[in-house]
Amino acid sequence: MNNTNNSRKVNVSQLNSVTVRFAGDSGDGIQLVGSQFANATAIAGNELSTQPDFPAEIRAPAGSLGGVSGFQISFGDESVLTPGNKPGVLLAMNPAALAVNLKNLDKGSIIITNSDAFTPAALEKAGYASNPLEDGSLANYRVIGVPVNTLTEGALKDSGLTGTQVLKCKNFYLLGLLYWMYGLPLETTRAWIKTKFKKAPELAAANIKVLLAGFDYAETTEIFDARFQLKKSPVIPGKYRNLTGNEAVAYALITAAKLLKKKLFCGSYPITPASEILQTLSKHRATDVVVFQAEDEIAAICSSIGAAFAGELAATGTSGPGLSLKTEALGLAVIAELPLVVINVQRGGPSTGLPTKTEQSDLLQAVYGRHGECPLVVLAATSPSDCFNTTLEAARIAVKYMTPVIVLSNSYLSSGSEPFRIPKLSELPKFHLPPLPEPADYKPFMRDPDTLARPWTWPGLAGYEYRAGGLEKADITGGVSYDPENHERMTKLRAEKVARVVREIPPTKIYGQAEGDLLVVGWGSTYGAIKTAVSEARKAGLNVSSIHIRHIFPMPPDLGSIMRRFRKVLVPEENSGQLRLLLRSAHMLEPLGLNKVQGQPINSDEVLAKIQEILRGN
Amino acid sequence: MEETKLTAKNFSSGLPVKWCPGCGDFAILAMIQKTLAGMGLPLEKYAVISGIGCSSRFPYYVSTYGFHTLHGRALPVASGVKLSNPELAVWVVTGDGDGLSIGGNHMLHTIRRNIGLKIVLFNNRIYAMTKGQASPTTLQGSRTKTTPLGAIDYPFNPARFAVGLDCTFVARGIDNDIAGTSAILERAAKHNGTAFVEVLHKCVPFTDKEFDTLKDPATKEDLLLRVEHGKPLVFGKNRDKGIVFRNFRPEIISFKAGTVPENVAVYDETNSEMAYLVSGFTQPEFPVPLGVLKAVRKPSYEELYYDQVKAVGDTKGHELEALLAGPDAWEIK
Repeated sequence: MNNTNNSRKVNVSQLNSVTVRFAGDSGDGIQLVGSQFANATAIAGNELSTQPDFPAEIRAPAGSLGGVSGFQISFGDESVLTPGNKPGVLLAMNPAALAVNLKNLDKGSIIITNSDAFTPAALEKAGYASNPLEDGSLANYRVIGVPVNTLTEGALKDSGLTGTQVLKCKNFYLLGLLYWMYGLPLETTRAWIKTKFKKAPELAAANIKVLLAGFDYAETTEIFDARFQLKKSPVIPGKYRNLTGNEAVAYALITAAKLLKKKLFCGSYPITPASEILQTLSKHRATDVVVFQAEDEIAAICSSIGAAFAGELAATGTSGPGLSLKTEALGLAVIAELPLVVINVQRGGPSTGLPTKTEQSDLLQAVYGRHGECPLVVLAATSPSDCFNTTLEAARIAVKYMTPVIVLSNSYLSSGSEPFRIPKLSELPKFHLPPLPEPADYKPFMRDPDTLARPWTWPGLAGYEYRAGGLEKADITGGVSYDPENHERMTKLRAEKVARVVREIPPTKIYGQAEGDLLVVGWGSTYGAIKTAVSEARKAGLNVSSIHIRHIFPMPPDLGSIMRRFRKVLVPEENSGQLRLLLRSAHMLEPLGLNKVQGQPINSDEVLAKIQEILRGN
Repeated sequence: MEETKLTAKNFSSGLPVKWCPGCGDFAILAMIQKTLAGMGLPLEKYAVISGIGCSSRFPYYVSTYGFHTLHGRALPVASGVKLSNPELAVWVVTGDGDGLSIGGNHMLHTIRRNIGLKIVLFNNRIYAMTKGQASPTTLQGSRTKTTPLGAIDYPFNPARFAVGLDCTFVARGIDNDIAGTSAILERAAKHNGTAFVEVLHKCVPFTDKEFDTLKDPATKEDLLLRVEHGKPLVFGKNRDKGIVFRNFRPEIISFKAGTVPENVAVYDETNSEMAYLVSGFTQPEFPVPLGVLKAVRKPSYEELYYDQVKAVGDTKGHELEALLAGPDAWEIK
């Protein structure tokens, strides 16, 4: 643990939560420092939520405004549901990072900078005519300028490392300093450094030395007159790890295959922001995790359809443009009635759009975007760790109903992280396959009377040989059929099968009262922002409740009756009103919208302001 | 289960075959059914996968597991099947439009990987199912519904396309040559890795005259070059013509039958460069090569994949909780 013998009097304040933003050049290691900090807060027992933010370019010119990369974390007690709106603390590694982020800071916020980085050249690149650390323009903030380069060089002067090697350690100086400010344990980062530089012990020693030097600097200098103690979150005992949404998807797919005692087959093609699913699965390549990097999005889904035909749990991950390319093949999976999990990590569209930015704009494509009458199941994950539960649920439904299921995630969920409690085997859902009759009684398109699912058979199973395909199938026998009545019957059967998935949907949980002035209806990644806003509004005495929809298609059966118990309904979405359109057509209601299409998540302040605006108008 | 030897008949689904009378596909179906029977696997271990087009109706006529997929997409579907279960014999039936136009990208990547699929590409030089549009193998000048003034596209030569991609097994047959084409299919069945077999056949309604000269007993032996590993490249009704290479350029020489000059090239199916030159032979300059053009041994994709996995160690028995925890979990009590 930290050395806590206070050599001087330092004021320690108690906080419920705080938001810290790390910002610097995209090559600065900002994401690394941020995730180390996140792990330390988790081990300290805080609830946390993180969000990285990087430019689309891998390395924009150093010091330029366009090259600023960010990592935001909010941590503290159980009220933390999002990475926070405005940071209370900005850690700016250079003038550009300060320039880009200053507009998001409230007056009185803390700015910690590397004052050595504020050189005339760097200031010019960031568009500063004079040094903001000296010209008084930051008078409304609490600015802590630390000459990090000088101090790092001082700490490592006898290390024998080159000048470049020394300066690469400087991020850990500021990290050490922050650990002191928030009383966080150094152990996880120390252990991480040792593993990372296993083959270069001199670099490991140098980085650890710099980390400790930063911590000691904060302890001894009087620049830091305050430490903060964050309230902890009452957590369920168990094993935890930090997972991003994309990692959670990958682990859910592996888990689902293990529960089914099948191989997991994932055919995918690299695409931002979904590639980490493919990469995470690739790390777990094994006899029972088959990862196939296909030549394109179409081959990716088709190989997965092949794997489903071959009797394995099949999945594919993608983002909007890729989902468009996979569309025809989704139709094949629907008519062949094969189970398939498709993860669509939404980003700003259309076309290449905003590849690294977040949006919720593929909802209608997921529900309706195919030719012919082509229903399938659509689910939406609500938080990085919920990507695990939602993906697991998708796999369970896919094999139980022999249908493709699309899981909607997005850029915000995919790269955001939060602690994930590792479930015990006994807590995981049970998987059921459609019943398989004896070969003599088997017909490829006979159906389980309960779910309407057809039996799943695959090459290798003797006595069940059949021909699957994209041509319309005759009911029960599965032969090719051009019969008009049969086509209508099969169309209805496919629709009815998907409609029966409503039986899997638990009663909708209402946050707040079951009736009142305003109901906020959300779906997907806006969960944290909506819950935070509604919680604050309720504390302020406003009559508002919220629900969050995971099952997009089919929709929860109780949705209409819940919405009708409120005088008004508000649907915040990161699109121009796609869920609102579905709700309106299904329930003949006129919900209000809060729509943001900026490639940025809706934050709780925006939801709260809208709630206040609506209820003030009452 | 009791071992019974399957015959070609066991591989018939019994469904009425709906190709046009006189279509070459009938002969190819019979040859493939016989080849499958010869492989000696139980029925359930075969999967026949196709795209869209006349030839792609194939799986419906075979009694094994089958999948009639999307236009151009048979290969990725089949790759998923093979990689999921490498024990299966996975055959892909495609055509010149399905396999080389809409599915061209998949063809070249499938061949690049050397995944163990047996690909039979039916080449009739036309889009037949959509009723007569030019395909990527339609010859220049051919009049079709989309090329009323004659096709201007340069056509693909499928066998050479595959050789050019370093496919490990490439062969060409023709629908009426039952003995020759059956022998090719038999070798393809035994090949480890991707086998690419082009089968020439006409389309009765749209390319009725195509390949006629290659089938006419009066002309065919002068127009066909039957390549055989280790044998000189000799052809002609009287077997009095041969291929020589001068400065890598092929030339036809004539000689007295029975006295093959020493400079006539001896075919070597393991020589990619020779396969490239010979597979490029087209009418009217050169005879059309038939037979196994290339056969080399290279590890297949599925072998490499599962060898790599074996090296990592079998994780089947791994505890799920340990896997989920990873190296950096923490415990809260």
